[in-house]
Order: sequence, then structure tokens, then C-alpha cells
Amino acid sequence: MSNTPLTPGVVAGRLGPEDYDKNFADAYPPLDPHEALVAADRCYFCHDAPCIAACPTEIDIPLFIRQIQTGMPKAAGKTIFEQNILGGMCARVCPTETLCEGACVREAAEGKPVKIGHLQRYATDTVMGIGSHPFARAPSTGLVVAVVGAGPSGLACAHRLAMYGHDVVVMDAREKPGGLNEYGIATYKTPDGFAQAEVDWLLGIGGITIKTGVRLGRELALAELREDFDAVFLAIGLAGVNALRAEGEAHDHVHDAVDFIAELRQSPDRRQIAVGRRVVVIGGGMTAVDAAVQAKLLGAEHVTMVYRRDRSRMSASQHEQLHAVSKGVQIITDATPLRVLGDGAVSGVEFAYTSEGADGLETIGAPFVVPADQVFKAIGQKLEAAPGGLEIDGSKIAVTGSGRTSLTGVWAGGDCAVGGDDLTVTAVAEGRDAAEDIHAELMAASRVAAE
Amino acid sequence: MADLSTDFVGIKSPNPFWLASAPPTDKEYNVRRAFEAGWGGVVWKTLGLDPNIVNVNGPRYGAIWGADRRLLGLNNIELITDRPLEVNLREIKSVKRDYPDRAMVVSLMVPCEEDAWKFILPLVEETGADGIELNFGCPHGMSERGMGSAVGQVPEYIEMVARWCKQNTRMPVIVKLTPNITDIRYPARAAKAGGADAVSLINTVSSITSVDLDRMSPEPMIDGKGSHGGYCGPAVKPIALNMVAEIARDVETAGMPISGIGGVTTWRDAAEFLALGAGNVQVCTAAMTYGFKVVQEMITGLSEWMDEKGYESVADVTGRAVPNVTDWQYLNLNYVAKAKIDQEACIKCGRCYAACEDTSHQAISMSPDRVFEVIDEECVACNLCVNVCPVEGCITMEPLAAGEVDPRTGEVVDPNYANWTTHPNNPGAVKAAE
Repeated sequence: MSNTPLTPGVVAGRLGPEDYDKNFADAYPPLDPHEALVAADRCYFCHDAPCIAACPTEIDIPLFIRQIQTGMPKAAGKTIFEQNILGGMCARVCPTETLCEGACVREAAEGKPVKIGHLQRYATDTVMGIGSHPFARAPSTGLVVAVVGAGPSGLACAHRLAMYGHDVVVMDAREKPGGLNEYGIATYKTPDGFAQAEVDWLLGIGGITIKTGVRLGRELALAELREDFDAVFLAIGLAGVNALRAEGEAHDHVHDAVDFIAELRQSPDRRQIAVGRRVVVIGGGMTAVDAAVQAKLLGAEHVTMVYRRDRSRMSASQHEQLHAVSKGVQIITDATPLRVLGDGAVSGVEFAYTSEGADGLETIGAPFVVPADQVFKAIGQKLEAAPGGLEIDGSKIAVTGSGRTSLTGVWAGGDCAVGGDDLTVTAVAEGRDAAEDIHAELMAASRVAAE
Repeated sequence: MADLSTDFVGIKSPNPFWLASAPPTDKEYNVRRAFEAGWGGVVWKTLGLDPNIVNVNGPRYGAIWGADRRLLGLNNIELITDRPLEVNLREIKSVKRDYPDRAMVVSLMVPCEEDAWKFILPLVEETGADGIELNFGCPHGMSERGMGSAVGQVPEYIEMVARWCKQNTRMPVIVKLTPNITDIRYPARAAKAGGADAVSLINTVSSITSVDLDRMSPEPMIDGKGSHGGYCGPAVKPIALNMVAEIARDVETAGMPISGIGGVTTWRDAAEFLALGAGNVQVCTAAMTYGFKVVQEMITGLSEWMDEKGYESVADVTGRAVPNVTDWQYLNLNYVAKAKIDQEACIKCGRCYAACEDTSHQAISMSPDRVFEVIDEECVACNLCVNVCPVEGCITMEPLAAGEVDPRTGEVVDPNYANWTTHPNNPGAVKAAE
């Protein structure tokens, strides 16, 4: 194969073998111990620190940073994991500039926040590098909880329940556990099989059984789960993908970005993955950025990301947008797709510019065409096949308090439930909090039963 | 341009920055390099009698670091020169001959016997050196042998040896004092009584820098054991400043020339020593940390500052702050200040709040949206908030004008000076005439 970025059409192997290794390696290498000490020393140990309040899992950030500063990264890691058992992944994928680092007083003071994300990775890597699990299980309660969905929310819930001595069965439709951590995040953010290593490490608590390849509505029925288990936690994510609802969507080489990202994550050889010479990604979120950047990293000559509203409305963070641009992705905003052009295979996408009108978006001016031989749709995911009987609020499962659904004994959290920002860290927080509520409920019920 | 040249007890140097008696001044090679770099003078590392002493063959230094390993304090267990006397004398002569404009002072430490001093003084005089410094300060090793701080801790010995030296040499005699005593004024008075021309201080502070928690041994560690050493560097500067000021304002020693030593790292440190009464300064740790080139920053910084302030010579600066060093009992108790937080500069870290609320006077309030404000009714102006605030200048201490009411006490601020000696709560207060 001697393809290059200039080879027309959708082909594999546009780059040399070493380019793939380089492009998909850890985008943000870990801090070395001295760098960590220097970075930690910048923390002011604020009173009632704003960074804690900005973290959906409320990690005690000043404490863990002080623990790093005093040469105790293991203690720091434990401080993190007590609040967020997926603190390792969150250190890699959290949009820290809008969360903890955005709230850091040094961000306000000098535009240079303490490197909380990097420090969190340093501490969590240290603990996970030891091998043994840092938490011990409480004596068995004999109760069993079903967790549907082995993504961040389901895993966080399972771990917390297992810590309390409950047995947990985590079921997932995919082949591997991890959810979006395994299938939905750009390869360069979590290379070297980190997502699976993290799941394995988390399971070190004991008491958790993972069953993969089982899907709610196919192999599983909610009614049966409610019968067979003492409680059910639904963390089924958003399995459906929004359609463009534009003419020509069915042309060849028009894909869902989530599938492309998953394929990349699972591929043993990225040279085998075909990518267009000219790629268009439609959407403005993290998924769109992950698809666009990786298309570029696979050797696409032109990658254009098109978002229908203005830049401030993009759900991809500023940091992510800059990352995309630095990799050579062109970002067009305020343009909505009208038609996917082509004859069999896609040849381009016709867009119209938009403006925010009284009744929502209006198209303005003459349409324009962005040539493309591959198109990725990244305009959002949606809840698919929610079990009947559950109250739905808008497009998600309605919950109150710590994830209680309209059905007794059924909790829900993560992307499938109402609330939160559809971030890994929010999903973890919801899973953990639901576990606390489930535990309290089960303990109360068993006390009543005993009396 | 300010004139940085100094005449310290008759010893002239182009600037007030001397290298202190220490490893940097142990041999000709180093001292020549120091003079080339611009140092105004050196105090040659302490000479003793032959046979020359020996040093340990393991670590001699231990350190304390700040962020990013900025060296804040250095401790050493090195002894006086470990080279033969003749070698040092020959080299001193050679360097002095080639750098006649630089100060060449020789540090000495020999047993407390007059013959020993009578023996060594002419040898030093013969080198053409400008003066001698008596090492009564070294707190480790030599002190166990009845020298160094073992002498410096006994004022009578200081006086005695100083007198021997004055009687046996024409060279100016500087007595170097140890800080490892209770009241620095006594050894200084003894030096004066013995006829010494000046004192230099401080020598190093007895210290253990750290403990190896695996080996359970002090650092620096020699084969599993450690010994106390002498502490120096930026960390000891506040101790040194106080001791210099104590001597400068003591009626018995006031006006006695002082060579200031202890953590001088920048031109500003030097200016502070001068202001508290030093006629020049001696530097060691800064040079050992950064090399001889640091003197260039010190020279240009001091010169620029003196120009800005209109000081024409180093002597103009010496002792400027001494009249403002007083005893606590004479501080004006009618001076009332309040902390003030500049809300524009505040970055809302809350450290002032934590410090005041947890450990002081509950005089800072915190709103739900993290606005921190001083409660004048509670503020005693202790300055802790200023000290813990990470933003320089964000919190200031603002004096209340006379006639204003202090919201804390409800009393009107008195325009008159009044101190503890006349305070009604003082059982020993002298009643004002009625």
C-alpha cells in the first residue's frame, strides 16, 4: 500500500506505521515526580475551595494536592478514589477548564490554574500502579443488586455497593465493560488499554460480577430484574444516534461518529481503518471533535467540522476546540446541513448559513457545498429502548433525588437519566450517589424485616 | 552614581560585598575567580596550626528547600581549612599582590593560648593581608576542641584573645561572633573591651537539617550517623538582622563597626544589613548556590537603589534604620490600624478567612459568593491575613487617623504617643505628674 493523505476516496493506510503510533500515543504525557511537586506547590489550599464545588464528584482537591506535595501520592490517590472511583479516567477526559481548573483561584488571578487534572492523574496512576485495591469490602449483606450498563455510572454504582457488602451483577450489551470509556473516547486520551485496566482494577474490590453481551429489551427484562434482585440501577446510556434528517443521508461513507470512534478504539491495527481524503464532521460536541481530530490523525487531508450554531454554543470545550484546530481541523460555525450530495458514494454536503431568529434557527443567504468523500454525523445521542413503565421526562428517564425512578426499587443515572451534563464525571457522581441511596434503602428495609 | 566603595576599619574595598570565610575562599583558584567576578573582598577560609585538620569524606552539607528546590537553608559540618598553613599563606600573598584594591582578610582559629596567636599573627602579616577575623563562631567539630564557638560563648575568652591579637599585630582585628548564645550583646561588648576593631556576625546556627526516616539518622549522614552542623543561607537572615541591630543600638557597642553576615542573597538583603548598622556584608551561601556571578546583581541593585534614594555612599546607608529599632515597651499603643482587603485584587482563595477564623480574631467575614471583608469591630490589626495572602498588596494595614473611633474598642484614637511604660494596666507604670 502506498496511499498518502492525497489519495482520493476513502482508503486505509494513508500514513507510515510509525505515524500511527505517534499520532495515537498519549496526548498529554504524565507528570514526572518533580513536575508533580512543582505543580502541587502552586496550590493555595483555599478555604472551602471553589475547585471542590466545581467538581461533580466533589473530590477534596486541596487535600489531595497537599498530599502530593508532602510526598504521599498514594494517600492523594485514595482521597480521590473515595469520591470518584473512576478518578483515573476523569483525570484524562474531564473538561477541567470548565470544572475544577476553571474555578481555581489562580485561573482568576493569572489565567494559569493549578494543573489539577495532571496532578489527579499522577496520584491515581501511583495508586493503580501498585496493583492492590485500596478499599476493603464490608461483610457481606447477602443482598444482590442488578446494574444495567457497565459504563462510568454503572461501574461507580457497583463499586460503592460492593464496598458496602452487597453483591452486584453488572450487565452490558457490548462485548467489553467500560461503556463510553471503552468505546466512546478518542484513543489518544486513554491509550494502552487504560479503560479495561481501570475496570479490572475497580473489580478488585470483589463482589462484582460482569455479564457482557446482554441487552435490556433483548436478553434482559426490567420486570424480571426487579423480581430477581433486591434493587436495580439503570445506567444504559444513550444508545441511539440522532439522524440528520437531511436528504442523502443514506449515501455510502456517511457514518455515525460514535461508530467510527468505537472502531478506532477497538482496532488492533489502525492502518486498516479507511478514512476519506476530505472528511466532514457534522456536530459541535466532544464526539464531533474526537471524530474530526482522529480522522486527521489517520491521514485525512482536509477535515471540516460544521456546527449549526455559534462557537459559544458548542458543547466541545474551548480546550477541545483548540486541540482540534491545532491538529489541522477547520471549524465552520453557524451552518446547518441541507443535503448530502453524491451518487452512491457521498461527494459533499450542502450547508446553509444560519442565524438565531425569533423562532429558533433560520437559514440565511446562499447555500454552500463542502466537498467530502466521508461524512461523520455527531449531532447527539438519544435514549433508545427505555423499558416500559418508566416515566420519561423529555427524552430521558425521569428521576428524583439520588436517581430514584418512577418504579420502586429501580434507580437510574448517567446519560440515560435526567440531569447532569453527560460527562464521565457526572455519570460517576450519579452512580455513586444512587448506590448510597440504594444502600440506605436496603439497610432500612432489612432493619424493618428484622423487627 | 552611588559610591559603593567602603573603608571598613581601614580596610578598603571597591564594594561592600565580601565573601565570608568558607569553602569559596579556601584557596587561590577560587579567590582569583571571585575577584574577577567582582567581589570587593574576601575573608580567607579559617587558618589553623599544622598539622592541618581533616574533614569527613562523606557529605558535608545538608539543605532545606522551597518549591522547585530553591535552596532556603544550608547546613555544613566542614571544619577550617584542611590544607597546610604554608600553602594558604603563600596563596594569600600571591592573590593580594595581584589584587591590591580588594580586601583580603584572613580568618584565624588557633588554641586559646597566647603563644599560638603570637606564632601565627606575624606569618599572616607577612602576606600583606589587610586584616584578620577571629573565628569564634564555628559551632561544630572545632568547638569540641576548645576553639570556635567554645570561645565565642565565653565573653572573657573573647576579650582575652582579642587583646592578645591587638597586642601582637598591627592589622585590624575583627571578631566573628556565634549566634549560639542567649544575648549577642555580651560577646560584642567583650570584643570591644578587648580592643577589637569590629565584629562580624553571625556565624552559623547549630542545626540538624533533617532526619532520614528510613535510616533514622540526621542529615547529612556519614555511615549511618550524623552530627549537628552550622546553618546558614536565607533562612537565618532574620536571626542575623536582629543580632546586628542589637549590637548597633546597644549603648556600650553603638558605633562599633559591624560586618553583617547571614543569608545575604540579594542587594536588598545587603541594604537591610547596612540599614541596621553593618558597614559591609559578607556572603557565602548565595555564592555557593549560584556561583560568584551573583555579586553582579548585588552591585547593580544596591547602586540603583542608592541612586533612587539619593544615598551617595555606603556609609550614608549604614545605621539608617537603627534609631527605629526599639524595645516593645516603647511602641506607641495609641497607634491603631485595621486590615483592608482590596476587592479588585482579591482572588477569593479564602486563606485570610481560614487564618483569622480558625487561629485569630474572627475578624474576616465570608459571603456565600466568596467576598471576604474585614470586620473592623473585631480586627486587632495583627497582620496575619497580610502574611498568608498569596497576592502581594491585596491586604494592607491602614492606620486610623487621630480622632476616629476604633470600632473594636469604641475609643477615640488619641493623637498622642503613649507606650506601656505609662499604661494604666502596667503595675510598674510611672504616673504622669498631676
